[in-house]
Amino acid sequence: MIMIFGIPGPLLFGQLLLGLINGAFYAMLSLGLAVIFGMLNIINFAHGALFMMGAFASWMLLQYAGIGYFPSLILAPLIIGAFGVVLERTVISRLYHLDHLYGLLLTFGLALVIQGLFRNYYGSSGLPYRIPAILSGATDVGFMFLPNYRAWVVVAAAVVCLATWMVIEKTSLGATLRAATENAPLVQAFGVNVPRVITLTYGGGVALAAFAGVLAAPIYSVNPNMGDNFINTVFAVVVIGGMGSIMGSIITGFALGVIEGLTKVFYPQASATVVFLVMVIVLLTLPHGLFGRRA
Amino acid sequence: MFGFSRSQQIAFLAMLALIIVCPLALYPVFLMRVLCMALFACAFNLMIGYVGLLSFGHAAFFGMGSYIAAWTMKFWHVDAAVAIILSGATGAVLGLFLGYLAIRRSGIYFAMITLALAQMVYFFCVEAPFTGGEDGIQQVPRGYLFGVIPLDNDMAMYWLVAVVFVGGFLLIHRIIHSPFGQVLKAIRENEPRATSLGYRTDDYKLIAFVLSTMLAGVAGGTKALVFGIATLTDVHYSTSGEVVLMTLLGGLGTVFGPVMGAVLVITMENYLAQFGQWVTVTQGAIFVICVLAFRRGVIGEIGGALRLAL
Repeated sequence: MIMIFGIPGPLLFGQLLLGLINGAFYAMLSLGLAVIFGMLNIINFAHGALFMMGAFASWMLLQYAGIGYFPSLILAPLIIGAFGVVLERTVISRLYHLDHLYGLLLTFGLALVIQGLFRNYYGSSGLPYRIPAILSGATDVGFMFLPNYRAWVVVAAAVVCLATWMVIEKTSLGATLRAATENAPLVQAFGVNVPRVITLTYGGGVALAAFAGVLAAPIYSVNPNMGDNFINTVFAVVVIGGMGSIMGSIITGFALGVIEGLTKVFYPQASATVVFLVMVIVLLTLPHGLFGRRA
Repeated sequence: MFGFSRSQQIAFLAMLALIIVCPLALYPVFLMRVLCMALFACAFNLMIGYVGLLSFGHAAFFGMGSYIAAWTMKFWHVDAAVAIILSGATGAVLGLFLGYLAIRRSGIYFAMITLALAQMVYFFCVEAPFTGGEDGIQQVPRGYLFGVIPLDNDMAMYWLVAVVFVGGFLLIHRIIHSPFGQVLKAIRENEPRATSLGYRTDDYKLIAFVLSTMLAGVAGGTKALVFGIATLTDVHYSTSGEVVLMTLLGGLGTVFGPVMGAVLVITMENYLAQFGQWVTVTQGAIFVICVLAFRRGVIGEIGGALRLAL
């Protein structure tokens, strides 16, 4: 057996992979938060609940309609994204003229309503979602057995994150979006329908959370609290990275997942708190975050 | 007295009268819970209402105060007064450390940082041996006040809680109406100008935060004495959300709003407790309705209608 720093190789790589997977979810969720914050200037506290709804959507599609994993990878984000559009149009859009804190309070309330309803109807115990047959099993990659589904999650998350980055940084749609973030009235004067851009941005951020939810469904059991477990850590990730940069959110998310995984190997007691400790260090040295801009 | 306006004086006397009369008609343990949460909400309101910083991590101070009071009562058999003072001190010390980190940012970042720091405290409490993990610290004796007054009697306990609440309430009012409080309001309205006038705004914010967390600790410690239990729920972020809800519903930045909010929320929880998760759904719905329809809260709206600052 290979030993690295006195730790058996398979254990180290196993935790590293688990860390990468958590990091993939941190990256997708903090990316969505950053995109929404950039455009709407609100911090979306309902993000964890919407992530959970994504997982439930895929479970329901399978349970009630017999629609499998791969179609629901597309369908669930579309459904939940549409739900996000409705939320934005009906309630969130009424708050843009108010202090940012009201957006936070409102979305926190929405999260409580959504989670409470799901707990009512589905309990807190969790529902199983099978790994699709084509991705089950594991591959021997020499130094460890790599579970296929977990490898798929990391790859899919990385691709989606990079695709989002490409859309925002390299396309004309993204240019409009960034321009509207900088100076909405001016962009509106050029004939862009800014309220629609804002709505679609929120829908897009929500769809991203739902996509993460579908990916998470086979790994963590589908339960109403699954968003809760992630979202508090994701807020710490957002503080560490700063919400100014898309690529920054992606890198910070993956990096913190890996740090968490490594902590599990070397000092398991601290694995739940290490992300918060990193946040403390970042606040002491770079109060605006690693990739943040001074306000 | 204490900087009360005439209308506030009347409202304060009415509140005192209610505190004295209510135990004749209502279950004292329910009233004690209301008073503890009302003090907690008033402490929270000191930050959001007068400094303009929304802390989403006040459960950390409430919960740690609760643990310390429960632990010292159960294992050191200290006096009830000592336990409450220790819980306040715990809240203050923890508030000093976490506040030092959190006041570096403002607005929604402050909310996220306090939430994350409180989450760290929560994970610490899950792991640390002295908190009893999932079981919490149970069967805490109420002990004696000043070594002579037994608190096992619900009414004796009630008067202690009432005195702690009124004391905390008056302290907060005194703070707000002191020159220090005026500087806090100046910082809330226009921080750069306060800085240019020579005030070290970070110091003021930190002191206000520590005062707020100290009282949150006192509220937690008192709650632990009343119910004889300290659990992870007290440090969980849902408790932070609850105190935000009480203050928002009663009226952010009003003197009596947090008290009214605590009364309404605790009463609602009491009636809905049998319906399980509907408590959460109702709480969320109240958040949404408050933010959309009446942002001034119950007391804020009443005060607005009567043209009084309550």
